[in-house]
Amino acid sequence: MAEVLVVVEATQAFGVKKVTLELLTLARRIGSPSAVVLGGPGAAAELAGKLAEYGAEKIYAAESEEIDGHLVAPKATVLANLVREVQPAAVLLASTQEGKEIAGRLAVKLDNGLLTDVVDLDADGTATQVAFAGSTIVKSKVTRGLPLVTLRPNSVTPEPAPATPGTVALEVAATEADKLAKVVERVAEQKGSRPELTEASIVVSGGRGIGNADNFKLVEEIADLLGGAVGASRAAVDSGYYPHQFQVGQTGKTVSPQLYVALGISGAIQHRAGMQTSKTIVAVNKDAEAPIFELADFGVVGDLFKVLPQAAEEIRKRK
Amino acid sequence: MNIVVLVKQVPDSGAERNLTSDDNTVDRGSANNVINEMDEYAIEEALKIKEAHGGEVTILTMGPDRATESIRKALSMGPDAAVHVVDDALAGSCAVATSKVLAAALGTLNADLILCGAESTDGRVQVLPHMLAERLGVAALTGARKLTVDGASLTAERQTEEGYEVVSAATPAVVSVWDTINEPRYPSFKGIMAAKKKPVRTLSLADLGVSADEVGFAGATSAVVEHSKRPPRSAGTKITDEGTAGTQLVEYLVTEKFV
Ligand SMILES: Cc1cc2nc3c(=O)[nH]c(=O)nc-3n(C[C@H](O)[C@H](O)[C@H](O)COP(=O)(O)OP(=O)(O)OC[C@H]3O[C@@H](n4cnc5c(N)ncnc54)[C@H](O)[C@@H]3O)c2cc1C
Repeated sequence: MAEVLVVVEATQAFGVKKVTLELLTLARRIGSPSAVVLGGPGAAAELAGKLAEYGAEKIYAAESEEIDGHLVAPKATVLANLVREVQPAAVLLASTQEGKEIAGRLAVKLDNGLLTDVVDLDADGTATQVAFAGSTIVKSKVTRGLPLVTLRPNSVTPEPAPATPGTVALEVAATEADKLAKVVERVAEQKGSRPELTEASIVVSGGRGIGNADNFKLVEEIADLLGGAVGASRAAVDSGYYPHQFQVGQTGKTVSPQLYVALGISGAIQHRAGMQTSKTIVAVNKDAEAPIFELADFGVVGDLFKVLPQAAEEIRKRK
Repeated sequence: MNIVVLVKQVPDSGAERNLTSDDNTVDRGSANNVINEMDEYAIEEALKIKEAHGGEVTILTMGPDRATESIRKALSMGPDAAVHVVDDALAGSCAVATSKVLAAALGTLNADLILCGAESTDGRVQVLPHMLAERLGVAALTGARKLTVDGASLTAERQTEEGYEVVSAATPAVVSVWDTINEPRYPSFKGIMAAKKKPVRTLSLADLGVSADEVGFAGATSAVVEHSKRPPRSAGTKITDEGTAGTQLVEYLVTEKFV
């Protein structure tokens, strides 16, 4: 069976990202999954256990300070060389900023087509994308080269399929041009124990209706009781209630959780663009005409400051 | 500093958008077309750098004839000149081909700094800055929320999932900016009048030495097989709070096994 290359993403705090496990699951439809770890020295060893559990038949490890100290260019070079060598059936990456950037460079290097923000992939390489704020479903295929695809997190349920992969070390031969963009400093910000926004299976978001930064504690409280991540509308971010990295929508993150809770959010089309594919949507808004109710599976017309404390109390009781 | 800003015309994200049924491309005829919102932040950043360090700001757009509206709008914010790559053969170009054409155009402009928005609101493709950097052999600093220019050295701060990164490169470089970087100015009346007289040079594929079969539908590297409207989500239960809605909400979450 032909190899399918899966480019691994991981975080310091949580190890292998869930989207990578989704990619390994998807890769099995097409061929034999090979995980590609691109990182600093020692990166692959830490991640190998999880990758094996989810079906990686082989692990390629490209580990070097050059990869760690620069933006994505050296990673794309390593990957392009690997693709030329093993002629995989497909190359799959996460539809994160980094995944898309590597994929873009790879597409140019290999003169290969590229499909981004894919939510599903068939064995024959047909990819499903959701366009225009979730209103249109598009099926596409790469017509030049191999299927080069980035998958939106939370699109596939990761399924374990234990394997016993061997690790193959790859040479990192970055060119001078690859080393032009340097990472000077990486600053980790305290994020507590909440799951990453795009990976979370529950997201609780607050909008302008929350009223001020302090009140966002109410949103955080509900999120923590449900074990979810916190999101925010652009109006909430622009008003300084919550940091920009948590913005959901067209100019923020796209999320696709099992449960999305919209609190004091009107449901503008640009907000919907980032959350419309959520499985279940719950909304609380005092305006019965708010467009968010058009997509809510369960909607409460009411004042947040009455509904939320009562809901929090009730969840505590049930736990 | 010689700065080129990439500006794209897109259908207004607030309006309904469609794919055409005949060639599966974005139906730009039926929509209200505007400047991609993120690009306005790139223009603002370019103008600020020019104000502090001198130089020239040129708008570069690839798109059909009607993109001239967006070019004039961009120029009314203050840039000096524009280059419009326009050619019938470009319709239906994929990202790979688009990057080829833009790289060829950039090759004629001798830019120290190429600025663009971190993504476009229609295609949502964040790949272009890196594709251009790859083709031009220059650095790419993407998703900047802050950019500092010191002579030929660029330092940017970018959001990451775990916090933020400080990244640096020397010019020439491609930098994409996020909408947290600045607050774009509104064009003044004077700016709007001045924009009408600013030079807009058009370039065809022949001018760029790119052949028509490398772009458009002929040269596309991917193809839409089919597309359909997603059934609209139907609204579910809606209750009005009469004192117990918080509890009822949790009961719903329990039934759905979220609690
Ligand atoms: C190009 C472009 C890109 C954009 N990108 C994004 C994006 O990425 N993400 C995004 O979110 N938006 C985006 N927007 C903005 C978007 O159009 C809306 O302005 C924004 O989503 C509104 O946020 P909101 O729902 O929090 O605020 P509002 O629309 O002001 O809604 C606040 C809601 O809170 C309710 N409310 C107030 N008080 C209470 C209370 N006590 N109890 C219950 N309910 C209450 C109100 O009834 C109202 O419905 C974009 C806009 C443009 C033009």
